[in-house]
Amino acid sequence: MSRIQAVFEQLKLANRRALIPFITAGDPNPQFTVPLMHGMVAAGADLIELGVPFSDPMADGPTIQRASERALKHKVSLTNVLGMVAEFRRQDARTPVVLMGYANPIEAMGHEVFARLAAASGVDGVLTVDYPPEESAGFVSVLRQQNIDSIFLLAPTTTDARVEHVVRLASGFIYYVSLNGVTGAANLDVDDVALKVASIRRHTSLPIGVGFGVRDGATARAVGAIADAVVVGSRMVQEVENSSEAEVVANVGRLVAELRSAIDAQL
Amino acid sequence: MQKYDFPDVGGHFGQYGGIYMAETLIPAVEELRRQYLIFRDDPEFKAEFAYELKHYVGRPSPIYHARRLSEYVGGAQIYLKREDLNHTGAHKINNAIGQALLARRMGKKRVIAETGAGMHGVATATVAARFGMECIVYMGAEDIQRQAPNVFRMKLLGATVVPVESGSRTLKDACNEAIRDWVTNVDSTFYIFGTAAGPHPYPMMVRDFQCVIGNEARVQMPEMIGRQPDAVIACVGGGSNAIGIFHPFIEHESVRLIGVEAGGHGIGSGQHAAPLTANAKVGVLHGNKVYLMQDENGQIVETHSISAGLDYPGVGPEHCLLKDIGRAEYVAINDDEALLAFDALCRFEGIIPALESSHALAHAMKIAPGMDNNKVLLVNLSGRGDKDMNTVARLKGITL
Repeated sequence: MSRIQAVFEQLKLANRRALIPFITAGDPNPQFTVPLMHGMVAAGADLIELGVPFSDPMADGPTIQRASERALKHKVSLTNVLGMVAEFRRQDARTPVVLMGYANPIEAMGHEVFARLAAASGVDGVLTVDYPPEESAGFVSVLRQQNIDSIFLLAPTTTDARVEHVVRLASGFIYYVSLNGVTGAANLDVDDVALKVASIRRHTSLPIGVGFGVRDGATARAVGAIADAVVVGSRMVQEVENSSEAEVVANVGRLVAELRSAIDAQL
Repeated sequence: MQKYDFPDVGGHFGQYGGIYMAETLIPAVEELRRQYLIFRDDPEFKAEFAYELKHYVGRPSPIYHARRLSEYVGGAQIYLKREDLNHTGAHKINNAIGQALLARRMGKKRVIAETGAGMHGVATATVAARFGMECIVYMGAEDIQRQAPNVFRMKLLGATVVPVESGSRTLKDACNEAIRDWVTNVDSTFYIFGTAAGPHPYPMMVRDFQCVIGNEARVQMPEMIGRQPDAVIACVGGGSNAIGIFHPFIEHESVRLIGVEAGGHGIGSGQHAAPLTANAKVGVLHGNKVYLMQDENGQIVETHSISAGLDYPGVGPEHCLLKDIGRAEYVAINDDEALLAFDALCRFEGIIPALESSHALAHAMKIAPGMDNNKVLLVNLSGRGDKDMNTVARLKGITL
């Protein structure tokens, strides 16, 4: 059983929802990433999504764009990010880590090399924004050989026929993007999301995470009521951006704890 | 040579092209592909497109024998396909009209575009005015400075020009921002993409709309000289004017096809925009897999060219394939060579070419002297140079 699967099974038994915070690796600078990861786990994160910085983050709004720029100022590469995961793994063998990023750094490294190094570093899942199912059959099987889950996005625009196609390739969990837009966009419509999540469930037994537009305890709680996991990205990155280096780990931890208790409060 | 028939059903030109987009946009490009394939073969659509090209754009564009320039250079005769004479002053209008007609049939009332030199932005603003659509153009802040006249033109035409401050503040960043707009407004908006790149069906669709250039030339050349030219030369940024003139000539195997990239300060300097000539690593950006200028970690690097329209780190997927199979050759022309060609065409023929097109012309002037004077080079003069007055003046140390 993969680490991702194990976490979701345990949460299901406890009737709890997963909290998945996102930070960009290397933001505000490389030495903070591993402490931030540990801090988020201590504050109640169940799984960590780690953004791989890219020069042209087309699906991201200004907040995560700036995070990528800060990380790239420190020349953070995909190799460095894998090193951070390996360092995190030395103290945490349980919390799954999913890399989220764009195709080109992986293309540059090569699929096989990437899959091998990612597995050796303790990466559990990979979400590549611009590898849609149409272009990913080969990559998914290379990852599968290393027991790495392929996480795919579904969007409000995704038709039922496509959902069927996507869930056949996906493993670990499904990431439902709650609105048409870039990361950090406006507020999500919980009723719409509930309908769509219900319709996705007819096609798959994989856990469903919902992200984009989760900004505070209230939205996290609302999403937790309808999904298996709550993904929080831009709000986390904003906390990193607005914190001094001395306070960043504590502030991000406090935010995760706040979201955690909001999600748990409803159950 | 085997029958050349690309792309495949998934939009692949060999290993290149494809549909590398975020999920939210995949249904949109699928729908676009479906609709395009229906209308492409619809006689009514074809007639409407032909009508607009003739009566609004002013096609066919003539071919002109640049006699004084040829005499000055010596050797092969240089002929120009005069896309600069189109309405709005460049080949970009051919594609913008085609996509606007498609947008109208798909019921989209809002169009967006990216632009580098501003020619595609002007073309899109023009057709949006022509068809009564809302138009937003994304343009790098750096390009807004070097192409001020075009920014004003777009505004006169009723478009909103949004400066893009991220990244290198040029064409690639304008593309990123247009994609972000599209993902946010996907239901209402048609993205009029300017070059033969991006996710399928854009490389195919833009090529098809631009093929009017080559289709005309293939008829015009035999009328003028009794045969096809020995080589067809076109500048390549994304490569839409080049693929438009090359594609109809692919089956004429005796015609050399030469794509001219922006050599900037020279390939060796690293400051250029010539991924094919420099043999850049293959990568994924803006929805397709292509030769792509990047560092060893797969980050896209900043490019340099005197011409904003060529200042792009990638290139259309069909050019990548044509390079690999050897059907087209790709070379680079440096900034200063392009400027010399720009001056020469002004002085010998009374034609002010776009700096982009000056690259193609410069290569013709480079190879002509080594060829017999009964040889013929057909240069795609893809645009006129009025928009480049500020840039050229600055380079010559003149304040306007």
